[in-house]
Order: sequence, then C-alpha cells, then structure tokens
Amino acid sequence: MLEIKCPVCGVVGEESDFHGGGQAHIRRPASHDPANISDEEQRDYLFMRHNPKGLHFERWRCDRGCGKWFHAARDTVSNEFKAYYSIQELPPVELMKAATGTWAEYFKDKMVAK
Amino acid sequence: MRYSIFSLARQALNYHKGWEKAWRSPELKPSYDAVIIGAGGHGLATAYYMAKEHGMTNIAVVEKGWLGGGNTGRNTTIIRSNYLQDASIAIYDLAHKLYADLSQEFNYNIMFSPRGLLMLCQTEHELRGFQRTAHANRIAGLECEIIDRKRVKELVPIINDRDDARYPILGAYYQASGGTARHDGVAWGYARGADKMGVDIIQNCEVTGLQREGDQIVGVETTKGTIKTNKVGVVTAGHTSHIMQMAGVQMPIESVCLQAMVSEPIKPIIDVVVMANTVHGYMSQSDKGELVIGGGADAYNNYAQRGSFTSLEHTATALVETFPIISRLKMMRQWGGIVDMTGDRSPIISMTDVKGLYVNGGWGTGGFKSIPGSGFVFADTIANDRPHPVAEPFGLKRFVRGEFIDESVASGVAH
Repeated sequence: MLEIKCPVCGVVGEESDFHGGGQAHIRRPASHDPANISDEEQRDYLFMRHNPKGLHFERWRCDRGCGKWFHAARDTVSNEFKAYYSIQELPPVELMKAATGTWAEYFKDKMVAK
Repeated sequence: MRYSIFSLARQALNYHKGWEKAWRSPELKPSYDAVIIGAGGHGLATAYYMAKEHGMTNIAVVEKGWLGGGNTGRNTTIIRSNYLQDASIAIYDLAHKLYADLSQEFNYNIMFSPRGLLMLCQTEHELRGFQRTAHANRIAGLECEIIDRKRVKELVPIINDRDDARYPILGAYYQASGGTARHDGVAWGYARGADKMGVDIIQNCEVTGLQREGDQIVGVETTKGTIKTNKVGVVTAGHTSHIMQMAGVQMPIESVCLQAMVSEPIKPIIDVVVMANTVHGYMSQSDKGELVIGGGADAYNNYAQRGSFTSLEHTATALVETFPIISRLKMMRQWGGIVDMTGDRSPIISMTDVKGLYVNGGWGTGGFKSIPGSGFVFADTIANDRPHPVAEPFGLKRFVRGEFIDESVASGVAH
C-alpha cells in the first residue's frame, strides 16, 4: 500500500484515495508540429514507455481530495516517493540529473535551478 | 531416467536411493549458438522446441534466480483459449492442444486437468460480449457454449444465484476443455526435456548486459561471465523493458504487480474454474484443497514483487459476494508477481531492429496458459530468423501500423 501526499491540497492518503496516471513528461508530437507526425512518433507517444527498474516520474490524481493532477517521482523497486511537484513543473534538479532513458534526453536542456 | 510404475517399484525396493537429478547443473560455456534469457515456462519451452523441432542443442538458458521461480511459479495455473480475436485464438489454441499431450511427451506429470471453465456473465453487456466471443470461438472451431443460471448452479453449487445479488448471475461462457495444470510441473517438465537433449540450463546467473556490434547482437554479459552468441531470445516477462534496455531497445510495456492468494486447504467444494470479470476475481480449487484466488493488477509501475492490500481486499470482496460459503475462510499465503502490460493487452513475440535479438514478453496477466504455444512459435522464429505465421501478428510492428490485437475488451481483467 502506498502512502501518497498531494502537493496541491496537502492531503496525505492511501493509494486508493488517488488515481495513478502512468509515465510523466511525455511529449505529445501533435502539440508541437501537427503537420509532420510520423507513425513512429505517434507510437512512441501512445505506447512506448521507459518503464525503468528504479527512478520513475509519474502522474497521479488526487481523486478523493482536491481532484487535481500532480507529478511524483518514485523508485519502482523500493516504492519510496522521492518528490511530489505540481503538474506544470519539472522535477527537482537532482532528480533530473538521476533520470534515465527518454527522460534524460527530455530534461537535458531544462536543468536550471529554480 | 524414464519414469514409470516399474522404475518406481525398483526405486522403492532400493529405498529410493537411486533417483537421478531431473536435470544437470552444467558450467557456463564461453559461447553458444543461441542464448535464452529467462528460465521460466516460456523460456524453457522455447529452448525445448529449439532443440526438439530445430535440432539446436548448443544453447543455454540463463536464469537470475531458480528455474520456474518467477511468474511461472506465481500464477493461478488457469488454461483456456476462449479469446475473441483470430490471432489470439490461434496461439492460445495451439498452446491448449500442446498442453493436452505434454505429460506423455515429457514422461513427466504436469497434472493437466481440463476440468471446465466458466466466465460468469453478471451484466447484460457482459452476457452480450461473451455471446459474441462464443460465436467467434465456434467459427474458429473451439468448443464452447453460453449456459444459463440454472446450469451454472448445477456446475457450481456454491455460487450465489440470488436475484437480489449486487451482480446477479445471468449466465456464463463455458469452455468444458478449460482447466488447470501444475505450474511448477510445466517448468520442470520442459527443463528436464530440454536438458536431456543437451540444452544447458544455468541458474543463479543474472544478465547484466547485452553486447552489440553495430546492428548485430554478439554477446551476453552475466554474473557468471560473458557468453559469445549471435542469437539472444529475451523471455523475461515482467522485466522485458529492463533487459531490452541493455541492448538499447525501448518497449511498449509497463511492469505492474499482480497478486494471488491461496486459502487453507478444505474439502472439495468446487470442481471447475470460475472467473468473474465484472467484479474482478477468479477461483479454483487445487488438488491439495486450497482455493486458488486471483484478481486485478495494481495500477502503478512496480518491480517489487509485492503489491497493495487494496487489490487483495477488492478481490476478496468480489469473491465473498459470489461465493458466500468462503466468507470465514482463512487465507494461507499471498504473493505478487511482476507482469508486462502492453497497450492492447496482447503479448509481443517479435524480431527487433537488432539482428539476432528476439523478444517474447508482454503477456500481461495471462502468460501461463500460452506457454507451450508461445515456446513453439518463438523457437521457430529464432531458428529460422523470421516470424512464425502464428507469431507474426504479435510483432512489435503492430504498434506502428495500428494493427492491434485488442483483447482488453474481450476478456476484461482476467486475461
């Protein structure tokens, strides 16, 4: 059972009070260049998942609290939450540095101290 | 050593001191014609059919733990083939037919028990959905029928057939040839058979890297040393993404935890398998008398092999409503396994962009039933370096082309 804290309303609850939204920080190609989307890009957006054994960036919704979506960083082996942050934000810099796979690529030029 | 009533009698007279080990524990050789990663049911079946059907005996199966210790030993052992889509029917029916003769083929009892399987219809929509599946199955030549509540009650006397149940039984999809088998027996039978043909099964040997030269796979790094090989089959469902990343290949998979539990052993109360998809639970009784119970998967990525109490509570609630007789039963064991989830809830049996790298995974919550069929077509795919016709629709290309094998609609949660 996970214990989760909503960074928006501050409520701490069990995972059944929340709704898991899967991998976070996925670029939707149609939002950037709708005229030129290859089938491969659309596949990557819809289906390809990094699915690491370790640090995972994900989305949750505060179902039985404020109803807002938010971000979390969690270890998929220990299930320990490393950070909660708002849906508009990027993860803390030290976590961006630890990111792997497609996230590392995505965060590369975004690591400026907040 | 061949097992028979005579060998049993001979060993009994010899105080059972002469039994040989069922398979060797060989040293890892520096190179093989092919390496299979993962000694679960699917991996061992792949090696077995590569040796038996394609004469490839200079191969190794490497396993990070003990053989059959992953999801093969963690499932609820249900075997059925009643899928909606043609591609699924083809592979699950192949598996089902192979299962029927495995004990004789292996000379090893896998306790295949085609005791009959019911998928309950508890809403009008579910009834209509299963009627559609039943029509599709009959066109494909699978024997099945839609039965009414009276017949369900005859087959499952302990079921709650009241009109005022939260989800009343409207009928069921009945596959009389569905059933169960002993999951360890399946892994052990394939291991013994493959070993006898010369396949090296290397346990306690974790893969730490995959070596590529350009587009070609050339080796596997393990905790017991590096193996040179030009063909690698990744059969590590639950950890498919993790292993494939070692070769730089992304997978359309998420790993989640699926739990199951068994009750204390009791006298026989149910002699069929019952799946209740609307309320998320399925149950059968093992030969030891334990009720074997499974339900839905957790909703978040997880590699920890232990899941959330929420899911167990949900499953128990559903099954107590369906079978009121079990409400005071104690649960004896509970466990979790990590399963691969794909976008269309169908497996991946595929070539990859890397030459010599093949992948078999994405089995979601229903890999056990397909072990013989999956191994058979994957062995053929690796041996001939092209997809077996039954495996072809399950290739990775379907995610680019949009040719999904969408079974999540057909079978609900218990897949």
